[in-house]
Parts: sequence; structure tokens; C-alpha cells
Amino acid sequence: MALMADAFVAARAADPMVPRVARIAERKREIEDVVTLAIEGGAFDFAPGQFNMLTAFGVGEAAISVSGDPANGARLIHTIRAVGAVSRALAELRPGEPIGLRGPFGRGWPLLEAEGHDVVVLAGGLGLAPLRPALYRLLAEREKYGRIVLLFGARSPQDILFRDELEAWRGRLDLEVEATVDHARGDWRGNVGVVTTLIARASFDPARTLAMLCGPEIMMRFVANALHDMGVAEERIHLSMERNMKCAIGWCGHCQFGPVFVCRDGPVFPYSQLRGLIAKKEI
Amino acid sequence: MTEARSIVDAAGIEALLEALRGQGYSLIGPTVRDEAIVYDEIATLNDLPRGVGDEQEGGHYRLTRRNDEALFGYVVGPQSWKKLLHPPMLRLWSARREGDELRVEAEPEAREKFAFIGARSCELHAIAIQDRVFLGGPYVDPHYRARREDVFVVAVNCGVAGGACFCVSMDTGPKATFGFDLALTEIVAGRSFLVEAGTEAGSALVETLPHRAATKAEIEEAEAILARTAENMGRSLEAGDVRQLLARNLEHPRWDEVASRCLACTNCTMVCPTCFCASVEDTSDLAGLESARSRRWDSCFTLDFSYMHGGSVRQSVKSRYRQWMTHKLSTWRDQFGTSGCVGCGRCIVWCPVGIDITEEARAIRESDGQKGAT
Repeated sequence: MALMADAFVAARAADPMVPRVARIAERKREIEDVVTLAIEGGAFDFAPGQFNMLTAFGVGEAAISVSGDPANGARLIHTIRAVGAVSRALAELRPGEPIGLRGPFGRGWPLLEAEGHDVVVLAGGLGLAPLRPALYRLLAEREKYGRIVLLFGARSPQDILFRDELEAWRGRLDLEVEATVDHARGDWRGNVGVVTTLIARASFDPARTLAMLCGPEIMMRFVANALHDMGVAEERIHLSMERNMKCAIGWCGHCQFGPVFVCRDGPVFPYSQLRGLIAKKEI
Repeated sequence: MTEARSIVDAAGIEALLEALRGQGYSLIGPTVRDEAIVYDEIATLNDLPRGVGDEQEGGHYRLTRRNDEALFGYVVGPQSWKKLLHPPMLRLWSARREGDELRVEAEPEAREKFAFIGARSCELHAIAIQDRVFLGGPYVDPHYRARREDVFVVAVNCGVAGGACFCVSMDTGPKATFGFDLALTEIVAGRSFLVEAGTEAGSALVETLPHRAATKAEIEEAEAILARTAENMGRSLEAGDVRQLLARNLEHPRWDEVASRCLACTNCTMVCPTCFCASVEDTSDLAGLESARSRRWDSCFTLDFSYMHGGSVRQSVKSRYRQWMTHKLSTWRDQFGTSGCVGCGRCIVWCPVGIDITEEARAIRESDGQKGAT
């Protein structure tokens, strides 16, 4: 029996589960356990907020967000925390070594929708990595947006990711940057406290604001609620979700979050879509 | 296509198998192994479970001896056609290091042409559901497609209903309505089969078999058999609004109750003909010169399934059962536009403690809106 009539509409394409081989061009240690890898050898097109599946050959594959500049298609940048067997092997890769690459996958940040709005970019810890491509784009097309606020929370001053860049951005007059840490020793002169405390002090107009959040789920939930309480529409608060992923194309089932596949339908979702589920345990 | 229906006898069925083999098909059909009916290679009519029936209940499966020589006098067993189209273990690619070079080679697609003998209506629905997963999205699985595209389906309309069957509730049977080349209804046990062609290929094949036109009485007899099967479903499920029912009852106390019985053994997901979840595993040789990735069936009932750095999302058995059942009956519709359950009853029968999806849905319906401890 042949297939249902419409099943073969998709053209025969290369097997999406097979990685192509790329090379590490540069490896930079960012902070404890976190490295940034640059991959070269090809034209890499991606939308800010999308991710790739990276393979450490012989070890395994992991979903890693692109953390580089979307304007630079010659260098593909990922920032990786070494937490498990695969991410540790990826973080150990040296220039010249091969890496497996599939992607880019997923729905990224709603930059088009953000045009004409104040934009609040809020990151916790490594959550800054998937947001950095959006920041590059926002700054490259600065005139399209209203106020831009970058709020960043880290565990300690030593855990502040992309610190040089944050400090450079902080010097700009067209961007407000605030950082806070959970705990610090006496030599830290910045804010101490959770990232939600920065929101009230930042200057943006809630009625015309679009927010992009990435960090621990509980942080995003608190921040989303705080923003919503201030008057930011739920549809304009966007979260980047994280789940276990084995395929990135909706076949393996691991990243299901209720009715959605995080890989295919996200990873970026409007809060209005997730609100009912994110407050429930173990969905 | 022959509109008229034909009658073949046992010799006609034998000739059918022979003809399909002659066309290069590997014949896969029901056969008795380890006291169960499984789907495996069959050579002749003698490999079919002649005169065998089955007794199915929650956590209970037994083959029985029928008092006739029926070839298809039983319902579905622990296996489904999924094992052939979406194999339990499949290598995806291998990589080899040669000096400074690393070469990745995609696993070649299977070239085997399968003929599925005796697929039931619920199973054709299950195949259509998996088609949507692996072929219906922006990405197409070349391995699934290679196995799927040349399948010749000889369906069997169910002459008996199993103790755990509820295809009538799910609108997936007992009569095959699509997805077959030929459909058989056994109207006289082991002796007389009404044949309906669903495709040109099926119709052409019938012409090569010893057959005669069916009489009006024979066609009516087949309809009566199917009506009887439909009336004798072992289970029922109110499917109309079950999607919304489960979606609004994620905190119902029944999830705690079922979790106290569920062993999280994964049996239901392994026997389910629509469950498609898989994981990948990488292997390498000791020298690190060769590596490979395989895909194998996985289950949302394992703790590992939802593991991220820092722990698993679904720690409790309650959350894992809820994930499975809401996926089958509720969120599958959001994802793929169909139910993920075809009412075959396998998950009920092969659950070691007899958890019954129809009973769980009923229990939630009876106290819709109740909230348990979170």
C-alpha cells in the first residue's frame, strides 16, 4: 500500500539526523566550566535564539544555542558549560579538531515583533549566551527599537559571562545595562540580589515593551510574572525553554512540554502560551 | 480497480502469499511464538495461527484453542508493525578518522520490501499516525520512508473483538477503511474469505488468484460479522472531549492513585503501536578511530527520559504516567492533529498490573475538576 497521498510532499533531503563535520577554529575559556567555541568552514545562517546539535565524536550529541553574531556567517559561535559527559567533551575540543554539526533548529527571538518597542533583555547565568545574538542584532539595528535594557544576574562576580563585552556595552549611551549577583565578597561594588530586583529600577515603558528572557525556569517564571504585573503584555514576554533533546526535529519525544515540542515549536515561546503549564510541577 | 468483492478459499490465501513472495516481498504476518501471536516472517499458510484464539484482559494474555480452523480468529498481540517501520534499534551513521580527516557515513536505507499480512484496522490507523511523525513534518526520516513506501498491506477485518479492544470508541475499526491493498474478512472459518481491493495493485493481484465473485449473501455475512465485532468491544472510552478533559485535570488526585500501582516498567510504551519516542546512543572503538550513533526506542516512563543537567524534569511516576496518558489522548492532537491512541488495548493487556487507560479516563471524568495535593 502506498502512503497517504500528502505524505511525500517533502522533497528527498539529506538525512537530518546525520551531522556534517566542521572544525574548531578557536576555543576561549570564559569563566569556570564555560568555554566558547568558534567553528569555521562554511556559511552559517541562523536566527538569534536558534540552536545547533553538536557532536563530540564517540561521546554524543547535545543541543547548544548559538551565541555569536548573526551578521558574521563565516564563524559559528557556541558557548558551552561543561556539566555532563557530552558537554565536557565538547568543551575540551581544541582548534583543528572535528566537531559534528546539525542545525540550526527551532524558533528564535521575535526581533521583528520587537521593532518599535522598548526591549528588555533579561538573562540569568549562561542564559546570556542564547540572548547575545539578539543583542548584536538589536544594537546593529539600534534605530528600529525604543529603549533597550539588558539585565543580567549571576551567582557571583566570578560567574559573570562575557564580562568584557558587558562592560563595553555599559559604556554606551543608547543601552542600559544592569547586573546583579546572588552573593559576593567585599570587593564587589555592584548589586547583590536576585535579578527581579533590577526590573523595577530599569527605565522602559511596560505598555510598549517586548521582553526576552533566558535563564533557569524558576527565574523566568518570577521575572515574567513581575513584568506582567508591571503591565507588560504576556504575549510580548518571550522565554527560551530548555529540555532534554535527542533529535531537535520532533521525532524523539524527549523535549515535550505538554502540547509543544521545545525543539520544534520553540525554544522561544511567548509566556502567554506556556503560562498554564510552567507553574505546574513536572510537566 | 475491481469494485466487486471476491471470495477466495484457503488455497487462494496460499496463492496470495506465493504471489507476493514472487513479487519480491518479505512476508510478515501473525505466527505463534513463545505462547503469543507475534509478527514475523511467514513462509506458508501453515505458519499462520490456525485454530488459535486469544483471551485478553488487564494484565492477562493467553492463547486458546478455537473449535474451528480459523486463520485470523484472534486480535492483536504484543507486537505491532512499528517494529518493522521504526525498528527498536537502528544505526544512523558511523564515522571514521583517517589521519586528519573525519568521515561521516549515513547508514544505508533498508531495501527490503515488506508485505504485511493480517494488519488490523486499528493498526492501519497507527501506521498513519506514525506517518505523520516521521513523514508529515518539515523533516522526513529516510529510514522510515524506505521501509514504509513499498509496503503491501493485506488487512484483516476483525471477526472477533478482544477483551481490551476499544477501536469503536476511537473510530479506528473494526473494519479497515483505508491504508490497505487488500482487505480480508474471514466469513467461514479457515475456508472462505471475502476480499476487497483498496488499490490497483491489490485488485490486479486478486485477478491472478483462484477466486469467484462474492454473492450478496456473503457480503451481508461479512457485514454482520463486523457488526457483531463492533458490538462486543471489551472496553470503551468516551473520546469526544477527552482531550479537554485531561488538559484541565493535570492536578487531579487520580494521577496519584494510578501512580501507586504503576511500576514505570515501560511495557505500555513498548507495545503501543503509535509510541515513537527514541533516544540515541554513541559508541566508539577503543582507539577512538571509529564511532557510530544508533537510535533505539525510549520510553517516557524512565527517569532518564527527561534528564537535564541538575536532574530529571519528571521525577515522580505520577508525572510520567500523566505525561504518557495525556500525550496519547490529549496533547497528541495539539501536536499532530490526531489522537495518539487507536484503541488496540495492548497497553491494558501488557501492563503487569493491569492499568487500564479507559478506566483511568473514566475515573477522571467521574470527578472532573477535583484537585489533589500538588
